Amino acid sequence: MPIREAAQLIRNLFGKSITTEPTRSGYGEGLLALGAENERVVALCADLTESTRTEDFAQAFPERFIEMGVAEQNMAGVAAGVAHAGYIPFMASYAVFSPGRNWDQIRVSICYSHANVKIISTHAGLNVGPDGATHQALEDIAMMRSLPNLVVLAPADAREARRATIAAAAHDGPVYMRLARSASPVFTTSRSPFKIGRAEVLQTGSDVTIIGCGPLVYEALLAAHMLQKKYRISAEVINSHTIKPLDEKTILKSAKKTGAVVTIEEHQVTGGLGGAVAEVLAAHAPTPMRFIGMPDTFGESGTPEELLKKYGMTADHVVKAARSLVNEKE
Amino acid sequence: MQYSLTDDIIALEKKANSIRKHIIISLEKAGSGHSAGALGMADVFAALYNNVMRHDPKRPQWKDRDRLILSAGHICPVWYAALAEAGYFPKRELWSLRKLGSPLQGHPHLGSAPGVENTGGPLGQGVSLAMGIAYALKYFEKSDARVYCISSDGEHNEGQVWEAALFAAKYKLDNVVLVIDRNNIQIDGTSDTVMPLEPFAKKYQAFNWRVFGVNGNNMKSVVATFKKIRTVNGKPVCVIAQTIPGKGVSFMEGKYEWHGKPPHAEEAAMALSELSKKRTSKKTS
Repeated sequence: MPIREAAQLIRNLFGKSITTEPTRSGYGEGLLALGAENERVVALCADLTESTRTEDFAQAFPERFIEMGVAEQNMAGVAAGVAHAGYIPFMASYAVFSPGRNWDQIRVSICYSHANVKIISTHAGLNVGPDGATHQALEDIAMMRSLPNLVVLAPADAREARRATIAAAAHDGPVYMRLARSASPVFTTSRSPFKIGRAEVLQTGSDVTIIGCGPLVYEALLAAHMLQKKYRISAEVINSHTIKPLDEKTILKSAKKTGAVVTIEEHQVTGGLGGAVAEVLAAHAPTPMRFIGMPDTFGESGTPEELLKKYGMTADHVVKAARSLVNEKE
Repeated sequence: MQYSLTDDIIALEKKANSIRKHIIISLEKAGSGHSAGALGMADVFAALYNNVMRHDPKRPQWKDRDRLILSAGHICPVWYAALAEAGYFPKRELWSLRKLGSPLQGHPHLGSAPGVENTGGPLGQGVSLAMGIAYALKYFEKSDARVYCISSDGEHNEGQVWEAALFAAKYKLDNVVLVIDRNNIQIDGTSDTVMPLEPFAKKYQAFNWRVFGVNGNNMKSVVATFKKIRTVNGKPVCVIAQTIPGKGVSFMEGKYEWHGKPPHAEEAAMALSELSKKRTSKKTS
């Protein structure tokens, strides 16, 4: 198996019994742990305390929890003020509302002001399912990665989300973290390396590079498995949990080796991880690419599985894209 | 050592007059910027930095300082002038306003110069920021420091301000003083025609704030009002300051056309000569 030992993933990666958990739960656990060890950590939430998993922190440290009501613009400003006074605020809502409706406040009061605010946005992507297109945030990476001074994270599973939460608190400056509503496979372990700004090569390969972020990294692993088994195509899989600053070195090294890159994300193709990768490759090592993501359209109601299938973000779609790139080479 | 304050109304009026002159010179040199609001608020800024706030220009990061947050960021020439007058940075810095590499940006940028406590311009943002600072000071730091937030009537077209107003009342932020420059002008015309706000004071009262009205160009009233509000407990305070835009320069006074433009050289010379002849209040007991 070409899964890298150093990635320290779980043993039975493709077993039916794999544990699933939403990435937002990892945030809740990480925040609670931070609360206990750092009394300057503060949590804010805009009337979504349970769904954003801010609840455990709010119950354990009520004096450090601020209920904001349904007011995301004010939340961003108040968080910036709390940071101004020397604290480390984590502000949580759904991604469609924050940064969906407070981008200006995040830009001016947080990013331009270098405020030490951690922006936590759950229910990102298609996986809110039945709630429909209004609640499916598919543009947030584009909005956030265009802002200077901001770190942009999309952890691949709940365990990584927990570690990303703790790493975000240690980072001096604003951080955006994108999380999912629905449960997804937990495939990293507490021994898996995690560092903001460093992409992890999960599997080494030579024919094509698959770069993903968020829970769909698991689809990338599945796709690599299928490519090897069915088509004898050797795929390298990279977890780019940090979209900004992008780990250019790791991505360039892999792209130069394989000469073909597929990106996968639960986000519009416009301006997302794929765009970030393309910017780097175009400048330093032009490489044929395929972009797996939302094809410039709004979503609709349905189960997450149905939606990912309909809009083309599953392992099968990655396989198809990878094969077409490899065929082009020949 | 904190900055020494004064109750001397004449001295405060003189400060306001110096601030106005700095505004005219810096805006003329910049060649762009907002004249009317800056001039109208010179008396309030002179009072805050020289009579009201606990602060120390030598220690701009002093933990227990009162904070001034300028939410109506476009009137920053008055802030920069007041800071320079108080000794936060050399007055000659004022002539670099809006120029490449200057610490005095066209709209304030947090930390760009000593005493510049916030980034502001896009309206509404400083009000929320002030509430966040006030919340942390009151509940986390248990500090008695106050946060003076300078807003404007036009800014109250923005929904964010009203979100912040709900928040401040809920958490009883009695360490917040929101000063609203009620000069009744904004870019497209008078505030009454662009988007009426009256009954303005009643709106804040209905939001559970304590509201005070004051003639923002009468130093004696300004000083008395800031003294009075110190007794308020359990509610955030709003001071609606009626001001004359362009105050002190006759050809600018009350004219919304001067909201967003600077004087050219000739106009600046006229304005400065007018300001140099200004008389202060008669000395009373």
